Amino acid sequence: MPRIGVFVCQCGNNIAATVDTKKVAEEMKKLPGVVFTCDYKFMCSSPGQDMLKQAIKDNKLDGIIVSACSPHMHEKTFRKAAEAAGLNPYQCEVTNIREQCSWVHHDKTKAVGTVKSIDLTRMTIERLKKNKPLKKIKIPIKKRALVIGGGIAGIQAALDIAEGGREVILVEKEPSIGGNMARLSETFPTMDCSQCILTPKMVEAELNENITLLTYSEVEKVDGYIGNFTVQIRRKSKFVDEERCTGCGECMEKCPFKTESGFELGLTKRKIIYTPFPQSVPNVPVIDAPNCPKIQKDKCGACAIVCGPKCIDFKMEDKIVTEEVGAIVVATGYQLMPNERFGEYGYGRIKDVISGMQFERLASSSGPTGGEIRRPSDGKVPKNVVFIQCVGSRDEKKGVSYCSKVCCMYTAKHTMLYKHKVHDGQSFVFYMDIRSGGKRYEEFVRKAIEHDDAMYLRGRVSRVYERDGKVMVQGADTLSGSQVEIEADMVVLATAIVSREGADTLAQKLGIGYDKYKFYNEYHPKLRPVETVTAGIFLAGTCMGPMDIPESVAQGSAAAAKALSLFSADEMAREPITSVVNKATCNACWDCLTACPYSAIERESVKDRQGNIVKWLARVNEGVCQGCGVCVAACRSKSIDLRGYTDEQVFAAINSF
Amino acid sequence: MKIKLAKEEIESASIHQLQRISGEDLKKCYQCGNCSGGCPVSFEMDIAPSQVMRFLQLGKIEEVMKANSMWVCVGCLQCYSRCPKGCSVAAVLEGLRQTVLRKGEDFEKIKEIPIPFLEKAPQQAIVCGFRKLVS
Ligand SMILES: Cc1cc2nc3c(=O)[nH]c(=O)nc-3n(C[C@H](O)[C@H](O)[C@H](O)COP(=O)(O)OP(=O)(O)OC[C@H]3O[C@@H](n4cnc5c(N)ncnc54)[C@H](O)[C@@H]3O)c2cc1C
Ligand code: SF4
Ligand code: SF4
Ligand code: SF4
Ligand code: SF4
Repeated sequence: MPRIGVFVCQCGNNIAATVDTKKVAEEMKKLPGVVFTCDYKFMCSSPGQDMLKQAIKDNKLDGIIVSACSPHMHEKTFRKAAEAAGLNPYQCEVTNIREQCSWVHHDKTKAVGTVKSIDLTRMTIERLKKNKPLKKIKIPIKKRALVIGGGIAGIQAALDIAEGGREVILVEKEPSIGGNMARLSETFPTMDCSQCILTPKMVEAELNENITLLTYSEVEKVDGYIGNFTVQIRRKSKFVDEERCTGCGECMEKCPFKTESGFELGLTKRKIIYTPFPQSVPNVPVIDAPNCPKIQKDKCGACAIVCGPKCIDFKMEDKIVTEEVGAIVVATGYQLMPNERFGEYGYGRIKDVISGMQFERLASSSGPTGGEIRRPSDGKVPKNVVFIQCVGSRDEKKGVSYCSKVCCMYTAKHTMLYKHKVHDGQSFVFYMDIRSGGKRYEEFVRKAIEHDDAMYLRGRVSRVYERDGKVMVQGADTLSGSQVEIEADMVVLATAIVSREGADTLAQKLGIGYDKYKFYNEYHPKLRPVETVTAGIFLAGTCMGPMDIPESVAQGSAAAAKALSLFSADEMAREPITSVVNKATCNACWDCLTACPYSAIERESVKDRQGNIVKWLARVNEGVCQGCGVCVAACRSKSIDLRGYTDEQVFAAINSF
Repeated sequence: MKIKLAKEEIESASIHQLQRISGEDLKKCYQCGNCSGGCPVSFEMDIAPSQVMRFLQLGKIEEVMKANSMWVCVGCLQCYSRCPKGCSVAAVLEGLRQTVLRKGEDFEKIKEIPIPFLEKAPQQAIVCGFRKLVS
């Protein structure tokens, strides 16, 4: 006969207000095999845990039930306490009588909560009786990390992991690391030049011995599980031998053809063999193959002729490399919503309507105008500039319903940059709300208004059109209750920050979740903000949602800390709640393999002595299995069972009802 | 109402003069509306105190000149005592009155005030009223 103890928690008044905990305890006492029951104010408190340990010893309990909050909260706490008292931790089960009973059944007089608590606890007891002691699964860990995305968040994560003494592979799809931050002129709220604070970090990443930079590369395939990922990376052909190139730039000098510069967002042109920007890391040019006449039609070849070390190879092909890593940090960043969607603002139609990021390039000393604010149509210095905030953001109809978080701040920054460069200019900002939460942020916006004369207008713009070389802006100032009209020379749109194109495809390769905007989901928005539901894969920066540089950097460091703490042990323990295949009955129909959402099922061959395959079987990879139980439901021959929730246990629970 | 916005008006001489007379920086006002909320006579004004500040920020001084707000203000300084930015709308309204009165344009025509009223009103009120409303 088992010796089971039942501990019913009052959770202060959280449970006791609507569930008669004493009654639950008394009822349980009547069940066969239950030798001890009690109710207590806070089971999770230290005295509560001590009482639990004492009761196990005094009553020689071989299994315990704690009926309390959700097992997500304190299952670990109680299992630890049970283990300390000499019990196998998996002989401790938690019944949820808070979220599932007291919080949803408010009326104590009707006793619904109490009756349900009694039923649920009884079911858990019956399940516990069929429990088998389980042991944690140990898996070895490869102490190297992969970082996907070389923006500021990814660079920070890579540097921190490398500083911690571990190898990092940093994969960046563009020819240079740096991401969007490399485009910015100066940064709020301190106004330090973006390049000046970013490039030292880029160079540090290049020189750090623990970091392998794989630029112009993308992740093709990811297999495995925490501690043991196998990643295939496509190294796109640069047509330039990275090892031998000295970065002299002769080729770029001599290349006779040009195309629109993606880095400069179409504000200027670049050569066909190019680095995105002068401080690119690595400083190795790549050939834009679709636009190169040599590669397309075997005409030209000028770059190869002038290249001293002869490192140009027009026949170079993509390569696939395979890396084994223990942890992955995803830091693939953001892009801006295409402005073309907003016809009323004239983007694409009126040359002098530009995006905020294009304004960054105009204000940047390394940009197409050398830092002078000149409008695209005729190169004149604009004297009246209208900035429009929330373009696409907070627009449920045509855009996205969320707030892009950084545009209020960078628009204030833009008005300051503009005033510092065009002293007699006037800026106007149309806003719906000014969101400047953050250290020294509100003060920054006030400075733009009070010191740098930005004219803020609360209202939206409904029409932008051209008249006599001017960009006419018509909107509202709700504070004075008027319709306003401005004869502007240039209009700057603060467009919504959206997820990267292809973010969903990458997420599917990695097996991580994303929201309806394709921003990656954190495990828990408050308490586990840089983890994903897939163990061993962490997130950093704007691939999760809009945020600014300080936040992206903090997350890069946080994700690195998570990876390093994983690497601090040689092997890791995992919960043993995983599925097992009954080899005798499995008939290799592979229903489980297609059903498993975590790809935890593998094909295993059984060979005879001569090495001939005689049989195939499904096998569960314990490192990957999350214990969701989908395979159990899928298997038609009932050959898979979930430890801790075997069919036998579940039926015992149901039958007790 | 439809208005055109231009730097020339926002930074006009009369706006600068008003800022000099009142000693107030119009840009500081962030339109919280506290002044209008507390003003004991704002219900009588054509344009409430915070909106006076707004029109002046936009350079629309003539809108404010047309309104009765500056003459209705009793100078109690409620607006100033509550303003989170330390702006005194009262000082701005006084500045506006001065702009009018210095041109010799009286708001109250002394000769048109009925004698029985003058006989009944306390002397202090008459002095204060004249100081505020006539040049
Ligand atoms: C106009 C504008 C002005 C701004 N000004 C400021 C400011 O003044 N101060 C401030 O704090 N913030 C500012 N921001 C916000 C700032 O740009 C971001 O917070 C920051 O750049 C986010 O960095 P990140 O690393 O998360 O993303 P990103 O900079 O987008 O970097 C992501 C990187 O990942 C790479 N990548 C993407 N997908 C893949 C893939 N599948 N495989 C490999 N690599 C991939 C990209 O090429 C890129 O290099 C501004 C934003 C805008 C739009
Ligand atoms: S164990 Fe759960 S239910 Fe009990 S006090 Fe702690 S949080 Fe509340
Ligand atoms: S071969 Fe292509 S990259 Fe080289 S110089 Fe000619 S156009 Fe430019
Ligand atoms: S940060 Fe400001 S401009 Fe950007 S979406 Fe939010 S409220 Fe609009
Ligand atoms: S209280 Fe001050 S800040 Fe607020 S509206 Fe009035 S003057 Fe402006």
